[in-house]
Amino acid sequence: MTHVSIKSLTKTWPGAAKPSLDRLSLEIPSGELTALLGPSGCGKTTTMKMIAGLLVPTAGDVTFDGRSILKDKPEDRGVVMVFQNYLLFPYMSVADNIGFGLKMRKVPKAEIAARVADMLALVKLPDLGRRRPSELSGGQQQRVALARALIVRPKVLLLDEPLSNLDAHLRFEMRDLIRSLQRELGITTIFVTHDQEEAVVLADRVALILDGSLRQYDKADVFYKRPADEAVARFFGGHNFVPGRSEGGVFHSGLGALNLPEDARAGPGKLTFRPESVKIGAANENTVTARLIDRIYLGTQTRLRLVAGDVDIEAVLSPDLVEGLEIGADVPICLPRQSLWVLE
Amino acid sequence: MGPDPFAMRAFRILTGVLLIVWLVLPLVPLAIWSFARGWRFPDLLPQEWSLKAWSYALSDTSGVVDSLGLTIGISLGVTVLSILVGVPAGRALGLYQFRGKQAVELMILAPTIVPGIAVALGIHSVFIALGLTNTIPGVMLVHLVPTLPYMVLVMAGIFANFDPSYEAQARSLGAGPVQTFWYITLPAILPGIIVGGMFAFLVSWSQYILTLLIGGGRVVTLPLLLFNFAASGRNDITGAIGMIYILPGLLILLVTARHLSGQNGAVGGFGRL
Repeated sequence: MTHVSIKSLTKTWPGAAKPSLDRLSLEIPSGELTALLGPSGCGKTTTMKMIAGLLVPTAGDVTFDGRSILKDKPEDRGVVMVFQNYLLFPYMSVADNIGFGLKMRKVPKAEIAARVADMLALVKLPDLGRRRPSELSGGQQQRVALARALIVRPKVLLLDEPLSNLDAHLRFEMRDLIRSLQRELGITTIFVTHDQEEAVVLADRVALILDGSLRQYDKADVFYKRPADEAVARFFGGHNFVPGRSEGGVFHSGLGALNLPEDARAGPGKLTFRPESVKIGAANENTVTARLIDRIYLGTQTRLRLVAGDVDIEAVLSPDLVEGLEIGADVPICLPRQSLWVLE
Repeated sequence: MGPDPFAMRAFRILTGVLLIVWLVLPLVPLAIWSFARGWRFPDLLPQEWSLKAWSYALSDTSGVVDSLGLTIGISLGVTVLSILVGVPAGRALGLYQFRGKQAVELMILAPTIVPGIAVALGIHSVFIALGLTNTIPGVMLVHLVPTLPYMVLVMAGIFANFDPSYEAQARSLGAGPVQTFWYITLPAILPGIIVGGMFAFLVSWSQYILTLLIGGGRVVTLPLLLFNFAASGRNDITGAIGMIYILPGLLILLVTARHLSGQNGAVGGFGRL
């Protein structure tokens, strides 16, 4: 169990005008699974490599349980990184790959064999120890890479885009495997991804990094309900941003006066709400009449484009709820109070 | 569609025949000479056979055995030095981008373009000042001039196909720098070291001018000895020494012929020669 603190971690490449990672600070509680989320090139892989000791930071510090690890060599940190393309050693069998870390630690051969067998069972590949990595499927290779990392019982496990190379049906299987192994072994785990869905399904907490700096660090659902700013909301698929003014728990805008939740900020700002939270039909409060402009059928849901006054609204609903609606018709919609949020 | 198997087969037989015509046939008269007592025009074969040339060549008085030992020692030493210099240099050229990289590549290739004697004369005056002329270490150092281009280019080709992330992965799993090299890097680059090392050995083995100039006649390797006997008109002894001289090349060719197909990454670097 290791508590990881990242303090003002900064990386500026020689010759670069601005840092590729700018004063990132994060507290990662012991035993939690944390996602570093952001578009490619936002500095998340750089962060991971600095924790692993594969890159030297320009400034800042990383501590494990209060002790700085930046001066430790990569092999002495107790950090294992699993790369996106798995990097199984092609000249070794699967069993030798998994046992590699123990062999480097001079663990006796018999013990290595026993622990490798345990690991193979744990990642559900019991009979594949003698195979070569090239004979395995992508999902199997990832399990081997995971087993190879976990066998050395790292203090901190780093995963680089752990689900992105997998087919859709394998992703959930691997997600469950990573979650259960991580819970069982209680290893503090950090993974990076550019895919908000991957971050949400896998992580306890998500740190969103945009343009090299931390924008929001919260439990996954908070990013949907209470985004920190418009860029965060947009990254998580937000479409509805209505300029106006918040006063006395009411938001005044092109949509009229809408009641806000108690914790909404006051003053001028932008009203936002999830496309999924829009409801069809009038209610006791926050009802708006909007004209249906377009509808896109997406199989399990239907996406609607509406206009109320001069405000564009996007809504996502279950297809059977919007069956009778015709394009061009005026539709009463409700924006539930608890789904509203005011941004700066 | 892959290549036509019949055409491939025909091509392979053709290259095999050409290899024999060019490499083996010229050696046949040499081999016959080494067992001949006298062989005069226009006879197809010698009038008399004898093992005299061989017994002389292998005796103490001819100096062939000593020279063979010396030549093997020098060539092995040059091979080791070439690997020690060529592996890091090939890594730098194959893996990293840096300012002046093309200039460095050109300088490494230069000895294969500039005539050896010109290089050797320049080095000679430097080696006199350093006291390296007429010494075995001096000869070994000057042999590096023609061997390094091969070694470096082979290793650059190998490293261009090597992903250094494997080393990072090994470090992350707890391997130190030495362990990482031994278990991860070395297996990946070993084909290049073997091919480049054999080239270095053969190039050093066949040096004549450089050995003569820097060794000053004191360091008598097999090619020098061979040349002495050839110049003195002893065709039978020349033939015997010549047979001994081509032995390592033949052995290496037999061992590696299968791997020198051009599909091998180690040979890919030669595309740049």
